[in-house]
Amino acid sequence: MTLLPLIVLIPLAAAFIVALLDFIKDDFTRELAMDIVSGISILSALIISIVLFGNYGTYAMAGWKFPVGIILVLDGFSAPVLVITNFVALMCLLFSYDYIKKYGAKEKYYALFLLMLAGMNGVIVTGDIFNLYVFLEIASVASYALVGYGTQREEIEATFKYLVLSSIGTSFMLLGIGLVYAHTANLNMAYISEILASSGVSAGQAPASIYLAAVLFIVGFSVKAAIVPFHAWLPDAHPSAPAPISAMLSGVLIKTIGIYAFIRVTYIMLGMNTGVVPQVLRIFGSLSIMIGVLLALGQWDFKRLLAYHSVSQMGYIALGFGLATPLGIIGGLYHLLNHSVFKSLLFLNSGAVDYRLNTRNLKKMGGLSEKMPVTGTTSMIASLSIAGIPPFNGFWSKLVIVIAAIQAGHPLLAIWAIIGSILTLASFVKVQRYAFIGKIKDSLKNIKEATALMQVPMIILALACILMGLILVPSIREVILDPAAKILLDPSKYIELVRGAAG
Amino acid sequence: MISLPVTYSLCLVLFFIGLYGIVTKKNAVKIIISIIIMENSVNLFLLLVGYRKDGIAPIMTEGMSVEKFVSGAVDPLTQAMVLTSIVIGLSVVALMVAIAIRIYERFNTFDVSEIKDLKG
Repeated sequence: MTLLPLIVLIPLAAAFIVALLDFIKDDFTRELAMDIVSGISILSALIISIVLFGNYGTYAMAGWKFPVGIILVLDGFSAPVLVITNFVALMCLLFSYDYIKKYGAKEKYYALFLLMLAGMNGVIVTGDIFNLYVFLEIASVASYALVGYGTQREEIEATFKYLVLSSIGTSFMLLGIGLVYAHTANLNMAYISEILASSGVSAGQAPASIYLAAVLFIVGFSVKAAIVPFHAWLPDAHPSAPAPISAMLSGVLIKTIGIYAFIRVTYIMLGMNTGVVPQVLRIFGSLSIMIGVLLALGQWDFKRLLAYHSVSQMGYIALGFGLATPLGIIGGLYHLLNHSVFKSLLFLNSGAVDYRLNTRNLKKMGGLSEKMPVTGTTSMIASLSIAGIPPFNGFWSKLVIVIAAIQAGHPLLAIWAIIGSILTLASFVKVQRYAFIGKIKDSLKNIKEATALMQVPMIILALACILMGLILVPSIREVILDPAAKILLDPSKYIELVRGAAG
Repeated sequence: MISLPVTYSLCLVLFFIGLYGIVTKKNAVKIIISIIIMENSVNLFLLLVGYRKDGIAPIMTEGMSVEKFVSGAVDPLTQAMVLTSIVIGLSVVALMVAIAIRIYERFNTFDVSEIKDLKG
């Protein structure tokens, strides 16, 4: 378990090293050095997350034992999220190598990118509620700066909106942490969970301040997760960022510091995995599914359309977790992993189109598959995945969520989810029809395929879209998805894990 | 000495003043100030959580017995948390002010109701 802190430390250290590499005078050497440092750091984080997979345990920072010090925890819920975060980050970084040249200031971009990844990894592995808040702020501040990276009118406006709404959300979280601390006098999530379980939180016997804290956490993390009705910032912020950053934001940021932290704090720390909190998640989730997809249907801006679909797909994830049955949580987590892959792929596709055509308007595209076969094919795979067409991964996770909804006694929610999926298909048929399929426009005769370095991540992500359908095979599912369901439905297992490893 | 419930509610009042400012004000700078007020009200709340009546600073001085320290000192952990949160707040505010300067450069106004390129 000594490897666990490295997953935060390596990107964090690399962020500052990259920023310092600015002293190299020669342009070519400098950029190469930055590319190598950032690439190796994320690759090693990915390798560590894969090596540690299934090897659940804890690491006490600086030797301070439970429950006094900060403990890093790897459990069944954090391990798969950790792998997918670092995987998507590596793909987005590969894509950035060429893409970011048109923006300039590479050292700042890489530094912020790595800082954001360090923050997200920290949120995933930490076992301390205040530490979670700090890492969440690190990731958020880096993402604010990255959204406004182009510093044009739109980007500045979007950043300001995102900043203000997010600041309200984080203030709510901090207030919630204060309330919880006032009752438990400890910040360790496992320890808090233990105290609250003994004071009877689920039976409604805990002091009112704990329930107030739960409301504050729900609002705070819902803002970060961009679930309706707290989604207003997302359709502005995500399209304004450079394409690989949009892929990171939509692909992993709203999941790790949004829904993952939401579930971690409410289900495990507060122990509210039955009753009102899952119900709220179901309501928010089903609202997100429909409102997101309906708003997406009318969009002509490629990236804005994708951003609205992020709201909609976050709804599926929230619905899955909100069912609070083993199958529901498996579906939610599975859709979280799948959505990370296909949504980041779609944003990279939009980036490749933007790189060659300098437009995001679907009406100005047409028949691009002819000239950009890799982008066209991979976007087709991703579109079919997100729309839930078999045999791609999106179909399987939506299927699990729908079956789980019926099993849990919510057939209406199942039908609702299917309608949302059909509307998603309609919207992506539009994307394919206007942008990729058909005869190429005369004005676009001279465009070229994206560079090789941009094609590689798109191809890898497209392969992942196809292969991730295999996760549902029982023997693989037992390793990847089942442990999360066990730990989320029974927080005492989490306490046992933290306590047991601490001796 | 004001009683503790009153100070807690004053803290909450400060929080809602900040929230009110963010929601109603149109000037970007005033919104930033409102956010600062809100963040500071949360910091104040955290300090109050760790406070005890007639508490002493949580510093172990020479010749002080452990019993006296434990029975007299206020909670140092909340103070550490507030310190961290102030630093985070500072970085967020610095970024926000930088963005506000850019807003003025691009739009020649601080009025957020006039800044609406993005919609739909």
